[in-house]
Amino acid sequence: MTKAELAGRVADKIHLTKKQTETIVNILFACITDALKEGDKVELRGFGSFRTRSRNAREGRNPKTGDTVQIPSKKVPFFKAGKELREVVDR
Amino acid sequence: MRKVEIVNRIADETDITKVKAEEAVDAILDELKESLCRGESVVLRRFGTFQVREKHARLGRNPKTGEEAEIPARRVVRFKSGKFFKDVVNGDD
Repeated sequence: MTKAELAGRVADKIHLTKKQTETIVNILFACITDALKEGDKVELRGFGSFRTRSRNAREGRNPKTGDTVQIPSKKVPFFKAGKELREVVDR
Repeated sequence: MRKVEIVNRIADETDITKVKAEEAVDAILDELKESLCRGESVVLRRFGTFQVREKHARLGRNPKTGEEAEIPARRVVRFKSGKFFKDVVNGDD
């Protein structure tokens, strides 16, 4: 399912136009990216939570040349499925 | 951040009421859930991909007691963040 399909399916259910629904979808995901950027986390009951996780700096290798390169520490977005989502998916 | 803050931002940025915005957010999350339930991946450009993965049964260990325990085969949701999302989180946007 793509974002356009998601908006289409949701629009049918809640009687908003596809365009309005797509705007809402965009704002929802912008909220999540913005919150994680600020170091905040997002908890959506029944669905799951988004937070950042830190990755330590490490030595990597350029697979083409074999050169060792230093990879700096960084943050990565992390999603943890909520209990309800875990249960319905595993059924 | 919780759902109410997301709903408020939608109401602020559009002419959609808070009640309708909350209904929409709930419907979006339900749709994502239903799609994953059917085993269908959700690909959201720039944000990331949600997919269902089959995990084989394996032998685990209770970290408290050290006892071995069989972890049954199961289906789990995996989220792979998109490049844009990763860059934003690292301040590279």
